[in-house]
Amino acid sequence: MNLLGNLSWNAIPFDQPIVMGASGGMILAVLSILAWITVNGHWPYLWREWITSVDHKRIGVMYIVLALIMLLRGFADAIMMRSQQAIAAGGAEGYLPPEHFDQVFSAHGTIMIFFMAMPFVIGLMNFVVPLQLGVRDMAFPTLNSVALWLTASGILLINVSLVVGEFAKTGWVAYPPLSELKFSPGVGVDYYLWALQISGIGTLLTGINFVTTILKTRAPGMGYMRMPVFCWTALASNLLMVAAFPVLTATFAMLLLDRYLGFHFFSVDGQGNPMMYVNLFWVWGHPEVYILILPAFGVFSEVISTFSGKPLFGYRSMVAATMVICVLSFIVWLHHFFTMGASADVNGFFGVMTMIIAVPTGVKVFNWLFTMYGGRVRFTVPVLWSIGFMVTFVIGGMTGVLMAVPPADFQLHNSLFLIAHFHNVIIGGVVFGVMAGFNFWFPKAFGFTLDERWGKAAFWCWLVGFYVAFMPLYVLGLMGMTRRMQHYDNVGWQPWLVVAAVGAAIILAGVVCQVIQLVASIRAREKLRVAGDPWNGRTLEWSTASPPPAWNFAALPRVPAADAYWSAKQRTQANPSQSTPAREYESIEMPKNSAIGFINAFFAVVTGFALIWHIWWMAAFGALGAFVTLLIFAFRAEDEVEIPVERIAEFERRHQVEVAL
Amino acid sequence: MNVAVAIDDVPHQELASASEAGPAPKRIVVAYGFWIFLLSDIVMFSALFAAYAVLVRATAGGPTGAALFNQTSVAIETACLLASSYTCGLMSLAANERRHAGIYLFALVTFVLGAAFLGLEMREFGGMIARGASPQRSAFLSAFFTLVGCHGLHVAAGLVWLAVMMAQVTFKGLRGAVERRLLCFALFWHALDIIWVWLFTVVYLMGVHP
Repeated sequence: MNLLGNLSWNAIPFDQPIVMGASGGMILAVLSILAWITVNGHWPYLWREWITSVDHKRIGVMYIVLALIMLLRGFADAIMMRSQQAIAAGGAEGYLPPEHFDQVFSAHGTIMIFFMAMPFVIGLMNFVVPLQLGVRDMAFPTLNSVALWLTASGILLINVSLVVGEFAKTGWVAYPPLSELKFSPGVGVDYYLWALQISGIGTLLTGINFVTTILKTRAPGMGYMRMPVFCWTALASNLLMVAAFPVLTATFAMLLLDRYLGFHFFSVDGQGNPMMYVNLFWVWGHPEVYILILPAFGVFSEVISTFSGKPLFGYRSMVAATMVICVLSFIVWLHHFFTMGASADVNGFFGVMTMIIAVPTGVKVFNWLFTMYGGRVRFTVPVLWSIGFMVTFVIGGMTGVLMAVPPADFQLHNSLFLIAHFHNVIIGGVVFGVMAGFNFWFPKAFGFTLDERWGKAAFWCWLVGFYVAFMPLYVLGLMGMTRRMQHYDNVGWQPWLVVAAVGAAIILAGVVCQVIQLVASIRAREKLRVAGDPWNGRTLEWSTASPPPAWNFAALPRVPAADAYWSAKQRTQANPSQSTPAREYESIEMPKNSAIGFINAFFAVVTGFALIWHIWWMAAFGALGAFVTLLIFAFRAEDEVEIPVERIAEFERRHQVEVAL
Repeated sequence: MNVAVAIDDVPHQELASASEAGPAPKRIVVAYGFWIFLLSDIVMFSALFAAYAVLVRATAGGPTGAALFNQTSVAIETACLLASSYTCGLMSLAANERRHAGIYLFALVTFVLGAAFLGLEMREFGGMIARGASPQRSAFLSAFFTLVGCHGLHVAAGLVWLAVMMAQVTFKGLRGAVERRLLCFALFWHALDIIWVWLFTVVYLMGVHP
């Protein structure tokens, strides 16, 4: 019996200098960070305050840290692809051999969607939603920590694939029959599947947690029509997670059964049906793009209304549009493969439904524009991202409607036009959205603002870089260039690809600006220090200190109207003479820190790694470990701690929340 | 006036409707969250049902459902599972009335009925594999074993959960958390029944229909 399954020294690609260099750098960076933490004795602090924390704010920050790191990783892949395609024209082969190039584009898509965009959006929701709802934590705080660490497990596994073994060469969608064992015999697809299964469970738990939190735990008085729009979009996004991610889990389970046990779901023999995978994948996949974009819409709504100093125009239509998109997102999946060969009626139905989705989205764009109209707009960094979004997203949306026409799609399917389209909406929508949210809520999380000048420089580099990088891809798509080409013969394409590479370099400058912005702001934090309400905000998160205490609110706020904090400020202005009554505090029960998330994630990584390499004893050990962890957690005595009145009163004395008008 | 105070300074009578009543009690929150989980589980089953429906005729020259399914055995399985749901309900009633003997007795009956269901299902699977109708034989059989087996896995997980719950009742007593978990278990067990009713109809009844 082989104790290490399929794992051997051959798994480490010593013969590939690029891979070894990248892995070496990555390992060195991780080791030096760990060494730095150890030397400075930060482990107890990290363990106590972050790793075992069940505080939604800490968990949100950790999600965003993961997302920022993965943004760098995925962006490095993007730079490699752009430079490869800029030089591999005519007879030239470029510097990335095909099997490596294939892994790079697969990893880029997988990382950017699952491990950059998802954690970023979930992180923002984690940090903001309970504060906006005026409550002290999520409905299930410990489950929240479990979900975070499962996501981190998936991220770890996918990065291990760089060093040990290989990643999938199938593209980020892993269509069979290519992804079946027969055609992808290596461990690449297994890394993909197990990393996404593990993090997918985390995402499902997150969805359940948020739906329950938003529907069942809101501050007294916060009826549905008084919820901030970001909470509405978070609700829609998490409903989609609950309804869509189980389909992905089932689909990947079927592919795993095909690969591990010789089942015939998607195989070409045994009468399997590969197109069924494509259908099921996009039954998850299309809602997924709305899982990402809806919270971004929520961020823009908050940013635009705050910095225009006006209530959001058409609040009710905004809510309705959000929920309409939420429902419609489930009946458009077939537009990802009009070329499957379904009948004209079927293609026609899905084409029309796809075009209809543009209507609620258009409603939203007009609402944002009318919110700004007549307002006194402050052009801060979040507002710049929002305006950049409106212009860019409308263009991307229109190319999407164009491709929703089945005959047009037959020409554009899998061409670079498609690549340009979805980057146009994902960068212009999701990335701009999370960047706006990052700059907007950063002072709430850390008590100081981010540097405006570097932030503006980053925005302009990203905006210009985006157009320079992706507009040529529209042209190339119309010229007939398909996606995922390691090299090409038509030298007429090369000038456009060189321009695209220049665009990627400009975006790189934007990323560098963002890193500098973060570092410069941390160094100048004493100068950038702000109180609870730096932007003259409208919603409840601005009514508490920055950073908020673990318990968020000393007393649960009461909400008489939409824009709860804004209306409170108005009432205060109306009666300036009214004296402040002495406040009475009550002690607060808060959930206790828990190591279950971290320990469970450790066993999840062990199990996943063992399954990828067919090390069966280790897989059994990992699964047993996770089960025992759960049992121990279920039997532990106390899960809450009481925060004494004195501590709350002391905190409130030091952080008097005054009118910021 | 301090803004934080202004926020709390809203008269109670302005908070009328149910959606404005503030955070729900823990029991409601936990049960609600578990309902959402069950819905997600049902969505996962719906994907497996869809796959089964697509592949039901894809027998690759191998046996069809009509040739494989034993109606008597499936009828007994169904009776066991539905009866176990009833006894699970009796267990919930006993828990509400805090009758420990009743909880243990009905938990035991539920466990035995669930285990009998699982045993019969495994016997059915074993018999089919012995006759060469393994999941590797055809796409139809892959889908069949996955759909029915996934439900079986859920039942097995439910049995483990029930055993753990009885240990919790014994060692931790019927405190709030244990009561809420018993409530969730009951929801889970009944949901498995609902899925089985669909499964019985789609796989076993429609499967033998020519």
